[in-house]
Parts: sequence; structure tokens; C-alpha cells
Amino acid sequence: MESKLNLNWDLVEKARQSAKNIAKDTQEFIDIHTTVTVERTVCRLLGIDGVDEAFVPIPNIVVDNIKNGNGLGLGASMFIGNAMVETGLLPQEIAMSVSKGEIDLTKIPMHDEFEIKMAVEKVAKVMTSRIKENRGIRESYLEKFGDKSGPYLYVIVATGNIYEDIVQAVAAAKQGADVIAVIRSTGQSLLDYVPYGATTEGFGGTLATQENFRLMREALDAVGEELERYIRLCNYCSGLCMPEIAAMGAIERLDIMLNDALYGILFRDINMQRTIVDQYFSRIINGYAGVIINTGEDNYLTTSDAVEEAHTVLASQFINEQFALIAGIPEEQMGLGHAFEISPDVENSFLYELAQAQMAREIFPRAPLKYMPPTKFMTGDIFKGQVQDALFNMVTIMTGQKIHLLGMITEAIHTPFMSDRALAIDNAQYIFRAMKDLGSEISFKNGGIMETRVDEVLSKAADLIGEIEKEGLFSTIEQGKFAGIKRPLNGGRGLDGVIEKEKAYFNPFVDLMLKGEK
Amino acid sequence: MSAGQYSLEIKEFSKNLDLTKLRPYGDTMNDGKVQVSFTLPVEDNEKGVEAALKLAKSMGLKDPNCAHHRSLDKEFSFYVVYGSLVHFVNYEDIHVQVVGVEIMDMKQVGEYIKENIKREVVIIGASTGSDAHTVGIDAVMNMKGFAGHYGLERYPMIEAYNLGSQVENEEFVKKAIELKADVLLVSQTVTQKDIHIRNLTNLVELLEAEGIRDKVVLICGGPRITHELAKELGYDAGFGPGKFAGDVVSFAITEMVNRAIV
Repeated sequence: MESKLNLNWDLVEKARQSAKNIAKDTQEFIDIHTTVTVERTVCRLLGIDGVDEAFVPIPNIVVDNIKNGNGLGLGASMFIGNAMVETGLLPQEIAMSVSKGEIDLTKIPMHDEFEIKMAVEKVAKVMTSRIKENRGIRESYLEKFGDKSGPYLYVIVATGNIYEDIVQAVAAAKQGADVIAVIRSTGQSLLDYVPYGATTEGFGGTLATQENFRLMREALDAVGEELERYIRLCNYCSGLCMPEIAAMGAIERLDIMLNDALYGILFRDINMQRTIVDQYFSRIINGYAGVIINTGEDNYLTTSDAVEEAHTVLASQFINEQFALIAGIPEEQMGLGHAFEISPDVENSFLYELAQAQMAREIFPRAPLKYMPPTKFMTGDIFKGQVQDALFNMVTIMTGQKIHLLGMITEAIHTPFMSDRALAIDNAQYIFRAMKDLGSEISFKNGGIMETRVDEVLSKAADLIGEIEKEGLFSTIEQGKFAGIKRPLNGGRGLDGVIEKEKAYFNPFVDLMLKGEK
Repeated sequence: MSAGQYSLEIKEFSKNLDLTKLRPYGDTMNDGKVQVSFTLPVEDNEKGVEAALKLAKSMGLKDPNCAHHRSLDKEFSFYVVYGSLVHFVNYEDIHVQVVGVEIMDMKQVGEYIKENIKREVVIIGASTGSDAHTVGIDAVMNMKGFAGHYGLERYPMIEAYNLGSQVENEEFVKKAIELKADVLLVSQTVTQKDIHIRNLTNLVELLEAEGIRDKVVLICGGPRITHELAKELGYDAGFGPGKFAGDVVSFAITEMVNRAIV
């Protein structure tokens, strides 16, 4: 490929190969472990849903029942399948009996493994066809209305009340938004269960529940029909319930999911063993459902310096790419993240931003890159903020970023007002129109500031990946090489939910989704 | 654009600054000019504009001018309104609480501690409760600091522990006891539905219950925190935007010496 920045492709190739080895090495650990949330996800995909009278989700009750009987190493499928053979009931009926204390799953005499697998497989296929159907609905919408060729305008809603979120989301769609992200209530990532039903209370965001997903999807489909555009819905499958939320999203046809283990490890202090295993299954589901994943590299720059630490972003993108490939996610669904976070006081900051964005574009040519707006240096001076966001918009249109998170002038003040979003959309649309083909009209100076900058970032990234390849991903995180945050292998939240698999372990969805026709 | 903005009428008000009758300044002393923008949950039409102007008058804006209006959705419209504020304040009468200590630089802080406290000062910090935002606490504590101001980890004679985000108050107090902390820094960024007030109040109650409130310097910070609010909630000081590690630590060690927590 022709590079506008004279990129060193040998070095890119070397870094990519190292990243591949890192992912392979980590995958060995992943393959022999499961977690409580992975097994709850299996339950959900087998059609188990609902809560008991104390609002405890039924999937949690079922998995706890198996865990208490020391059976989780065989997988929830084994015991649910066994109960199906024994009783002739459906998984949901069995689960309800478990929640009423009528059935103890690990106490039922074990039937023939082949019979168990047959029973489970049949129910599992009902769900995979439903998810496949959802994929078909999305594709037919895109065929009917056409898909946007330029950047997707991505805005957030975060009122805490799903019904109020819908009002905001519909208005934003009418103003021109292409993607609506419903920000989660702060703290949800640390819950080891998924709340249930439509919710109207949240802090800094709205709880991710399957019913909230369904309500928003319905509203966006309706306004999409009216506008003759497909409005994408985004949520967060990260935190302690990563794969469960992926499953809920696949069932309710979400289009984009934040999905990054490293983010949870560094910024939410989630145990690394737990979340890396969770990530694998959640990415398999996202890959199968045609969901674009968004990775969280942009967040490194909210704590670290965006000039000094730019290479950690690139290194993480390389690693995320390989983890995604292993889980069956094609490049077209890899929304690798980065951000416009260099201090406005830095001389030539715009050139560095432009160079880095162009570099990401060239190294990951087919990925729908997720580009985050300035946040760290937004001050509350909304007038200056409008200019900062304008510069950010220019970088996107000049370098072909795809998932473009609109900057809000009231960043650092409050969650966006309806008018803040409208002003942001106007700003972006004006710049995208006025500068549409600027990127393809200009070339950058040989050996200039931009070329030198990406050369430096790429070689530092390659060095870092080389180091990680030698030491392993876990130990690199322990040493604080990402975002300057150290996390211990056995620290953080959720470690007690990691279980070593037994030889006979099985999860029908891994094969159905990885090897099945999409 | 309406012609009203270029009015040639004689301005009939005093052009002299009178601090007992302080008003906003546009381009002429005492003209009282302000701008406001807001959204109304009604259709964008003449009636909506009239509603916006009436609201502006109720706010105390004389001769309001709706400079811009647009539709945000069928039932939502956005307005930018200019006008002359009829209200004024007596500036001479205003008294605000500020953190009144001399700000020391990194070297001076080290010397002050050596001279007056004679041992390392232990400072712990966290974003507490469900708050996941670490920008504030990181800016004050991390080695690198923010905007050219180094963080506490780099200061001499200071042992700084950044506990990160989403630290429950109970956990925070436990750590404070365990590490024998002298100074507690709490960062609160999320302020929706006043969750920060509840959270900050809860921490004070816990510290009092443990009997260590008077043995530590307790400081909070965040984009919506003022010194006055902090004092009201039972903190020793509060720091808002634009304050750095130097401001915080200068107060903390001076307070330690003043209260003889050494």
C-alpha cells in the first residue's frame, strides 16, 4: 500500500507478528478456563432469562447452583443438558425449578454425554438462528436505505432514564446522528450480574438491561424508517458481565459494542485473568452477530500524556486486532480506538494528531476506526471547545476515520443537553462537507514533521510489543506499561469467578458461532 | 439578524463604574448585556420565539433580542437570546471563603515538612463511591501531574498513594487507617442528582464513627467543588478547577502544623 507518511512497512509487519504471538500465548490460558459470566451467558443463549422475587437474575441462580455443586468446570451446558434429558423440560423451565429450589443440577444422575450434547445443541441452534436473523435484518435495512460512506456521527445519551434517552436519541437521529450510544450508569461494570427490565434511575448513564436495549432498538428502527437511514445502536459490553451483555446485544440487534479487556483491567481494576477469558467469548458472540467492537485505547491518553504515550495506543491496537481475529471478528468489525487528546498548548499539536490518525488509517486499512474527541483539555470554555472539536472534525474527514464520536462543547460540565448535540452535529456536518476531499488532495512533506512523528511512534510501539512478546501480556500489565497503571495478576475484581475447565467441558456456542455460517 | 442590534438610540444610563451596583458589561459600562441560550420543548415558530422572549424578560432581561432560533426536533426548539440585565449586585458586600494559605513550590514543601513536621507526610487519594473518573485525582497525585504541575508522587517528604477510582468510602477509611494517612484527598466528578454530596457526607460520617476525623486533613476536589461547599460538608478544604498539586499540598501541610497533627 502507498503510504502518505512513508511508513516503514517491515516494522509494521514485525509488530503485527509479535502481536500475533502475544495473542496466541494468552489464548493458551484462555482456552483452559471459563468464568461465571461466560456460563451465565451460555444460560442466556439457551433461553434462560428473568429474575426471582428478590430481583436476582435467573442465570445467576443457575450458575451459582452449579458452582456450589463444584460442577462449573464442566460448563453450564453439561448440567442443563443433563436436566433436559432427565426431565424433558426446556432450559427456562429447568432454571425456574432451580430458582425455586426444586432441582439441584449437579445432583441429577449424569446421562450419556452424547445425548446431553444433542439436547443442548438443538436449543442452542434456536438462538444462533435468531442472532443470524438479526444480522439479516440489519443487512436488509442497510440494503434498503444504503449505508453512509463517510464517517458515522456518534453521539451519546446519558439521562439515566431509558424513556428520556429515547426522546434524546430520536431528536439526535433527526439532527443527523448515525450512531446512538447509551452510556451506562457509572459503576455497572463492577456488578457481577445484569440488572433486569426497563430502568429509569441511573448515575451518569442508564443501566444496560436487555429490555432497555429492546426499547431503544425499537425507537431507533422507527425513526430510521421515517428518515430512511439505519440508525446504529451502541452499548458497552465491558466489565464483569462482558459476554452476557454481548449476548443481550446480539439478541436485541445492537450494532456496536465497546469490548476491551485491557480497558477493564486498567481503568476498572477488574482481574485480568477473569476479563481476558470473558473477552474471548464476548468477541465470538459479537463477531457472529455482525457487531462492530470498539476498543478502548483512547482512554490511555486520558491519564497518560498523548504525545509521550501515543505508541501504547498503537501497540494495544495491534494486540486487540489479533485477539479479535482469534475470536472470529473480521477487520470490518474492528473499531480500534484512538483519540484527539494532545494538549492545545503544544505547538503543532494538530500536525501530530493528523499524523497519528493517518498512521492508524494506513496500518488498519479496513477497520472502522473509532476516533474519540478531546475531553481531557476541554475546560468549560464552550467557545474554545467548539474550536477544539472543529479541529478534531477536520482530522477525521482528512484521514477517513469511521466511527466519529462527536465532541461536546459542554464536555467537563454536564452530560450533553439536546442542544449540545445539535451544535456538535452541525459543526461536524459543515466541516465534513467543506473539507470532504481535502485528504485525497494533499500529500505530506517527505521527511517532514508528520513523517518523523509517526516514525517515532511506530518504532516505539514495535519495541513495546517486542517486550510484551518476551514477557507475556499479563506480566507487562503487572509492570504498568499501559497508561502507567499497575495491576496484579491476582488482584482486582472477579478473580473468584474464574474456573479451570475439566476435560469434558463443553460450550456449544463456541463451535456454532466460530465455525457456523454467518 | 435584526436591525435592533445596531441601535443608535442614546443610552440613558450612567457610564460610571459603581461597584455597589455592578452589572454585566457588553461594550459600554453598565449596559448590562448578557447572552443566554436554551431549548424549549415546543415547535420552532413565531410562538416559540415569543415564548423565549417572554422567558428572557422574566429573567430580568430588558429589550431581549432573539438572535437565533432553530428546530431540534418536531417538538423542541433552540434559542440564543441577548438582552440587558436589569439586576445588579453590590460587589462591596460580597465575601467569599477561599483557601487562604501561601502556595509553596516543590522544594519549599519538602523544606517546610522537614522543618515543621520532621517526618514523611502520608497522603492518600481516590475517586470514591461509584465515581469512575480519575482525571482529577491523577492530575494531583500522579508523578507526571497536569499542565506542567508535577503530582504529589514526585514531591520530597511525601508518601503518596493513589487508590484510583470507584473506591468505596469504607475501603477508603480502612486504607487511611492501615497506611496511617495524614491527609485524605477525595475526588468527585460525577455530580448528577447530587450524588457527590451524599457520598462526601457519608465519608465524613464514617471518619467520625472511626474517631479519626480530627486526626487527618480532609480535602475534596472536583469540577463542581468549591471551598465553601467543602467547608459546609465538614471538609477542611475544597479545590475546584485550575488547582494543582501545589495548591493542595500547601494547604494540607500548613493545616497539619496549625492543628498540630504532626
